[in-house]
Amino acid sequence: MAATPFFANLDRIFILLRDWLVGFLPVAVRPAASVVLGVIAIVCVFPGLFALTTIFERKGLGRMQNRLGPNRVGPFGLFQPVADGIKALIKEDIVPLSANAAVHFLAPLTLVVAVFMEFAVLPMGRNMALVDMGSGLLFFFAMSASTELSVFMAGWSSRNKYSLLGAMRAIAQMISYEVVLVLSSVSVVMIAGSLSLPDIVNKQNHYTHGFPHWYIFTPWGFAAFVMFAIAATAETNRSPFDLPEGESELVAGYHTEYSGFKFALFFLGEYLAMFSVSGLGTTLFLGGWSAPFSFLTFIPSWFWFFSKVMLSIFVFIWMRGTLPRLRQDQLMNFAWKFVLPFTLLDLLVTALWRILGLGWQRWVFCTVILVAAYVLMGLDQERRRHIGPRRYRYAE
Amino acid sequence: MNAVFYLLAAITIAGGVAAVMLKHLIHSALAVTVAFAGIALLFLQLDAQFVGFAQILVYIGAVAILIVFAILLTHGADLPREGVFSKSWLAGLIIAAGVFAVIGWAVLESIDAVPQRNAVFEVSVQKIGNALVGRYVLPLEIVGLLLTAATIGAVIVAMHEKERSR
Repeated sequence: MAATPFFANLDRIFILLRDWLVGFLPVAVRPAASVVLGVIAIVCVFPGLFALTTIFERKGLGRMQNRLGPNRVGPFGLFQPVADGIKALIKEDIVPLSANAAVHFLAPLTLVVAVFMEFAVLPMGRNMALVDMGSGLLFFFAMSASTELSVFMAGWSSRNKYSLLGAMRAIAQMISYEVVLVLSSVSVVMIAGSLSLPDIVNKQNHYTHGFPHWYIFTPWGFAAFVMFAIAATAETNRSPFDLPEGESELVAGYHTEYSGFKFALFFLGEYLAMFSVSGLGTTLFLGGWSAPFSFLTFIPSWFWFFSKVMLSIFVFIWMRGTLPRLRQDQLMNFAWKFVLPFTLLDLLVTALWRILGLGWQRWVFCTVILVAAYVLMGLDQERRRHIGPRRYRYAE
Repeated sequence: MNAVFYLLAAITIAGGVAAVMLKHLIHSALAVTVAFAGIALLFLQLDAQFVGFAQILVYIGAVAILIVFAILLTHGADLPREGVFSKSWLAGLIIAAGVFAVIGWAVLESIDAVPQRNAVFEVSVQKIGNALVGRYVLPLEIVGLLLTAATIGAVIVAMHEKERSR
């Protein structure tokens, strides 16, 4: 096993690099400097990933729609994000005359700062969480909740009806689906017994016959993961839940009146929110940085984390290319009449899973309850569905 | 008391003062949010993680949104014609100072009433969680029932309009 130290060092390469860089500084400032280096890494890596994702998304969507996508800037159009970035920087920054200038200026900044904070608690590899906080999950949700106010600030301060409508829709949607996002994470907390994200990853990092103990491979975990994925899509305003910026109805939603780099900041915030929520889903259900098979554990942990995040991003793009946009009432009915009850049921099933203890019974009972509930709820919705002209309550 | 405390206290007080003095209701609501954030950071500085994050989650994530929606839905959000500061800022300041004086007096008086504890307890989020679902599970359930009842009540109030319009 001569190769083992090499892979062990590759696994720790970023930590070693940080320690080597910090080693040049006096001892007194070393702890602060290592935190600052971690922050710099996050602030550089994720916007870089954002640039890559935009070209990936445009290419991928192009292929799904039977066209080429951007292919003019650089080889295969790979430098398109660079061109877009320069364009955003040199564009004129237009602020509407009747806009509330101070709030209009602050909205994109507060959004991006709150989203960046979310990355602080995500374990991106073995010992690679910036802050190992005892209540990391709570911190993550606190930060994601504070982005809603930025959306409101943007929509209201623009003094434009499309902006305000978009912001109202976004907030209604984010509040409705945030409940589901938190509740589906609670089932993981019930089993792991910890709010600390590195702890949750460690609890999943075991193997039986070469297969991992990820929470998605349990009945309750699978159900919670599906609900989490739906809520995460809605929370990041991605298609099919992209009503807040439905371009056929609202121009561009709450960032209609933003141009230049402020618009780019909103764009960045949206993609960073996608990365962070994918990272959280990876950590909670997909085993975080642990390898999918025990014989693959020699590959560095950070590689697995980022592969899983990029896989989730690909699923986001795939859904955007596949599904049509929901209507506002469909969105709300789906959240409150299907997703939320099912998540609450899944919480009870998780408790049952814990009570039944080890053995085959818990697999059978939990699977039967969840499948039966899914089928019954589906039949009930099917029975209530009536196709016909839509009745409007307020617009007649 | 170190520099961080004074910085956070300054942010909190500035937010509170701005909330009282600004003319525009939504500006006041946003200033209150700054004060909420300052209080949350003060809790975090005291190592009270649960209270700090719950403050952000509940006050910035929900109460601030509730306030701005209430302002928007009651047509209080129209931009004022001139000036940034509210005309009634003096009255607001006096009322706020009065409330602060009463709370401050109560806190200062209670120092003697509560037995002093020298040991600093480490209250982790896990301990709070265990206490909530262990010893204090009945109050928790009652609060949950109360909130559910309030939600159902809100839905009924909202449904009423639909019945009438038919």
